[in-house]
Amino acid sequence: MFKYFEPNKIFAITSRAPRYILLLFIIILSIGLTEALIFSPEDYKQSHSVRIMYVHVPAAWITLGIFSSITFLSIIGYIFKIRNFFLISKSLAPSGLVFNIIALVTGSIWGKPTWGTWWAWDARITSMLILLIFYVMYLLAWRIYENDNKIFKVTSIITILGIVNVPIIKYSVDWWNTLHQPASINILSKSSIHVSMLFPLLIMTAAFALFSLLIFLMKYNTELIKIKNKGLDRL
Amino acid sequence: MISEILFMNGYGLYVWSAFIFTFLSFASLYVIIKIQYIKEKNRFIAKFGTLNSEKASSAKSQSINKEILYNSSNI
Repeated sequence: MFKYFEPNKIFAITSRAPRYILLLFIIILSIGLTEALIFSPEDYKQSHSVRIMYVHVPAAWITLGIFSSITFLSIIGYIFKIRNFFLISKSLAPSGLVFNIIALVTGSIWGKPTWGTWWAWDARITSMLILLIFYVMYLLAWRIYENDNKIFKVTSIITILGIVNVPIIKYSVDWWNTLHQPASINILSKSSIHVSMLFPLLIMTAAFALFSLLIFLMKYNTELIKIKNKGLDRL
Repeated sequence: MISEILFMNGYGLYVWSAFIFTFLSFASLYVIIKIQYIKEKNRFIAKFGTLNSEKASSAKSQSINKEILYNSSNI
């Protein structure tokens, strides 16, 4: 099955896709921003500051999703020796890192009017900061090491250690007394968020997911061209 | 209406700074990745130009190389 995902076969698609994804991203983002900033209601407690949720929450979801994907791909890639999976993981990491920074910074901005402080060593915030450190270590490993086998081994270890932190981030609000409220959106049970807020949140999440897909494809194409450059040197 | 969207009952500074930070981060990441892409593509084209005809035709036999040279997206 993996042979269908070989870079040589999919480059024709990955090289053309970004322009369409950029267009779709702009359309979805415009709808999302209109809903988030104009049409969605203010919260009865937090007033308009609740609108920060529309950038904070999608960024947090996507950074967690990307780190989980990187870990899964690294483990499978290491077990079955699939180099392309490491290339995909490497291409996913920059957007994961940026979404992690966005989640922390917008959370901090949201914290000031809501909790009266920019920063607190609360379990959720601290575990998100730890995730950021794992992203930095992962990206640094790609820069520091030159031998492919060494890179694959080190990045796999970093992601395995880092993935332990992901359930901690998710359940930190249930396990400890934190400033964060428990999850308002549940897949398996009824969500406590009103549909007038859920709709813009989902639209913004779709827009952010499209942006991370766009960055992933651009970075993946760059990495493929880099490999082909080395190939030309060997001719 | 416009002042309500801008000031948001005194929360405008927080809301707008969060949104502006997010989209500045998006723009920065996009520009950085695009510069890397263009640099790498230009390096490939320059290297390809230095190949003799035999090596160039051998390289062109790979569809991915043809894609990079002629069809890859400008994005």
